[in-house]
Amino acid sequence: MNYFWDLFLGGITRGSIYALIALGYTMVYGILELINFAHGEIYMIGAFTALIVASVLTMHGLTGVAVLILATIVAVFYAAAYGFSVEKIAYKPLRQAPRLSPLISAIGMSIFLQNYVLLAQTSDFLPFPNLLQDVLLPEAISGWIAPSEFIIIFTAAVLMIGLTLILKFTKMGKAMRAVAQDREMAMLLGINVNRIISRTFIIGSALAAIGGVLIASHVGRINFYIGFGAGIKAFTAAVLGGIGSIPGAMLGGLVLGLTESFATGYISSDYENVFAFALLILILIFKPEGILGRSSQQKV
Amino acid sequence: MKLAEEFKKSFFVALWFMLLTFPIMVVQVNTIENVVIWRWHNIILSGLGSFLLSFCWQLFLRRKGHSTPAAQASASRLQHLMAEPRLYRPALIILALFALIFPFVFSHYQVNIMTTALIYVMLGLGLNIEVGLAGLLDLGYVAFYAVGAYSYALLNYHFGLGFWTALPVGALLAAFSGILVGFPVLRLRGDYLAIVTLAFAEIIRLVLENWNAFSFGPSGISNIPRPGFFGMALTPEQSAIYMYFLLIVLCLLTIFVIRRLQYSRIGRAWVALREDELACQAMGIDKTKAKLTAFALGATWAGMAGVLFAAKTTFINPASFTFLESAMILAIVVLGGMGSIPGVIIAALALILLPEYLRVFSDYRMILFGAALIMMMIFRPQGILADMRKKYEFHKMKDSRIN
Amino acid sequence: MDNVLEVKNLTMNFGGIKALDRVSLEIKKNQIVALIGPNGAGKTTLFNCLTGIYTPNAGDIMVQPPQGKARRINGMKINHITELGLARTFQNIRLFGGMTVLENVMIGRHCRTRAGIAGAIFRPNSTRTEENDIVDQSYSILEYIGLTMYVNDLARNLPYGAQRRLEIARALACDPQILLLDEPAAGMNPQETGELEQLIVRLWRERHLSVLLIEHDMKLVMNLAQNIFVLDYGEEIARGTPQEITQNPAVIKAYLGVETNAEIN
Ligand SMILES: Nc1ncnc2c1ncn2[C@@H]1O[C@H](COP(=O)(O)OP(=O)(O)OP(=O)(O)O)[C@@H](O)[C@H]1O
Ligand SMILES: [Mg+2]
Repeated sequence: MNYFWDLFLGGITRGSIYALIALGYTMVYGILELINFAHGEIYMIGAFTALIVASVLTMHGLTGVAVLILATIVAVFYAAAYGFSVEKIAYKPLRQAPRLSPLISAIGMSIFLQNYVLLAQTSDFLPFPNLLQDVLLPEAISGWIAPSEFIIIFTAAVLMIGLTLILKFTKMGKAMRAVAQDREMAMLLGINVNRIISRTFIIGSALAAIGGVLIASHVGRINFYIGFGAGIKAFTAAVLGGIGSIPGAMLGGLVLGLTESFATGYISSDYENVFAFALLILILIFKPEGILGRSSQQKV
Repeated sequence: MKLAEEFKKSFFVALWFMLLTFPIMVVQVNTIENVVIWRWHNIILSGLGSFLLSFCWQLFLRRKGHSTPAAQASASRLQHLMAEPRLYRPALIILALFALIFPFVFSHYQVNIMTTALIYVMLGLGLNIEVGLAGLLDLGYVAFYAVGAYSYALLNYHFGLGFWTALPVGALLAAFSGILVGFPVLRLRGDYLAIVTLAFAEIIRLVLENWNAFSFGPSGISNIPRPGFFGMALTPEQSAIYMYFLLIVLCLLTIFVIRRLQYSRIGRAWVALREDELACQAMGIDKTKAKLTAFALGATWAGMAGVLFAAKTTFINPASFTFLESAMILAIVVLGGMGSIPGVIIAALALILLPEYLRVFSDYRMILFGAALIMMMIFRPQGILADMRKKYEFHKMKDSRIN
Repeated sequence: MDNVLEVKNLTMNFGGIKALDRVSLEIKKNQIVALIGPNGAGKTTLFNCLTGIYTPNAGDIMVQPPQGKARRINGMKINHITELGLARTFQNIRLFGGMTVLENVMIGRHCRTRAGIAGAIFRPNSTRTEENDIVDQSYSILEYIGLTMYVNDLARNLPYGAQRRLEIARALACDPQILLLDEPAAGMNPQETGELEQLIVRLWRERHLSVLLIEHDMKLVMNLAQNIFVLDYGEEIARGTPQEITQNPAVIKAYLGVETNAEIN
């Protein structure tokens, strides 16, 4: 039972991170119908920036929660800036192009960013300081869950609720949903579509960066290639829940995290990624609209 | 006026990029000795580089915006020149002569590199059937390459199968796996197809890596025999030359087959599928069948290339079949020009040979591929040499020409 | 059955919207039938159901092929329906832009020819003849439609009117017995529309085709159609000869406020 509980918590923890990254995929797909292949790299850059900031601060004698907070803020800023720039460079000029063009451009961007970090930093795994350890939790909680797991799940939940509220009630959120539903019509109604798209990228990237910082300090090491695996898995989560759907991304993330956790725990840990990829394939073949997505007829 | 504006814009872009690249490019943390290295020179590089790039970017964008038919005509002037028999015939003859004497003039090492490049020509042309002609973005092409390579290695290890038997068997197995993968996923929309093929390829690689009893895991399979030459024993040098000519012949065969397919009933159906899937079906084309044939044929070529790769290197392991390999083959097709045979050949040779001979390219190879994919999509989506549609001549109605 | 196409109680829902509500329609052999109705009435949706692009929720679509007995085509694959003799054009032109005009028409011959991969690679005599026939037949269709001056141009570079006619040429290459035209005159000038009218008359007279025509240009509809069906909000509100339709109060009401109102009266 204890083993089961550990796997369960591990699954929810992973799943929360997948969900955070998946939100970026799903929001961009909802608006541009584009698989933002470079999204995983944004998450990786967020984690790297946090590592750099945390290391510099630690060497200057700072410790504790302050490091975590400062590193997260800088990481979020940079990830958002990269996400914004990626959209402007690689996707915006291709709005009118055939469908596959922005996808190929996105793959190019993903390869570019990976190798940019590889060349400017290193190809080795770097140890990531466990920033979450310094957060003190009341004993009532830390008795049954590891502090880092609790913080990850809690933060992810707060962020997702926040995002849902923003989308539901703010003017920007409404505009975003309008653009996702019908871009032309939104434009006719005077919504600045380009600005909405930029903001979508910024929000998605910021969430991915937070996910990056959290998981990096939980796992304890990063390299330039972590974005690839995490990216595909988060995409799987998005598809699983129904791409374009925000609650779907959250649900998909949790389902994927739990599946992975139990499959590696009870079957074999060698095939960790195989389970995720197999799940993706099965979903796309048998229920391509996902758990919460609606199937729609292509308009002719 | 315009220039000043672009100058100003580039200046701000440069500032933005200096800020953007600051942590990654300037700060380097050495986590073992706990020191931070500040590489301030990098920020100047980043600023200057992005300033220049931004300037060129705007220039190209403006050019692209202005030019519609006129510039398209001038862009294809090179191709009209190439279509001129008086020019391309002698060029082809010189090329053929060069290919013939190449292994006798250049070193063993050079011949090996050229052979590798020719394997990529085959891979590029094969993927070109899927991506270039039929518009099926396959991000897992390397899986079929792996099927070919492992077919030869394992069949040889267990049953002592020779190269010449393994070549068609590997091709068939790859084609079969193409159909197996294709059947469920080809209903999916283009971008989903891309992700699913990627996932399939990763599964195959992970299985090869972890299923030791089957594939010998990460340590791979060594001592794969080179192809025999009528039972004669060849020195490594002779064998390299033999491989080289084998690949020349197979590449010629590939070109021949693809040229014939391209302008056949099936080939036209593929292109129509790429252009508009729905209209294509409404014109009576069986979408599934057309996609499956394209997928299976593309896989066949990857399978053959895989057998050749195993025979050439005599050693294979899963590390040769990563996603980056698929991305590189895709880059060959995209840069060369989707659907264009000469374009793909030139791109394959350039992308494989340049890094071998220019150190700069080998260090920055992948980052340049990435950048090239983006730039091509934005500035020249048709590739270096665009696919030219065949022109039919009609003097009188009945006198139509088909070569 | 002396109708080549019979639609009975066809219903198509999108989520909550009833785009078609128990629509019935018949086309006789060698008859020109028009389908009219205000924007969003469900005309294109009906075409999409007929050609297999949408699978209707209820109702029957029966096709009488030249030989054999009538077939129910609901849920059939798109390409099989084309093989049974229904060929269409699209309201928002869907040509193969990167292919030449001739190749666009040659694609139409696909379902009437056989050559496979082996044929393409080894090119035996049978494939060679077949390929020659495809080229010849496609060229003569282009002559018939009057597009030969563009033979080797890319379809996307054609002027608008020519693109609309190329869509018809491509559909003709499928050897249809029923031609479905979705707003073929949209965006054409009066002269081009006149030529289109003559073309449709020729197809009807010389090739004995049945034509189902969606069109907002009432003059064209009244000149061509022998029978007219009127849709509004997915329901059939009237049917009859052009004279009957112009005097039908329900039709006038449906079109009230729409500019074509003037043309009806
Ligand atoms: N794939 C689809 N998904 C959802 N709704 C659809 C779809 N296709 C059509 N509709 C709806 O069905 C109704 C009928 O549309 P349709 O295109 O058939 O009209 P139409 O008569 O062809 O109009 P027009 O004259 O403007 O072409 C419209 O309300 C449209 O929004
Ligand atoms: Mg319509």
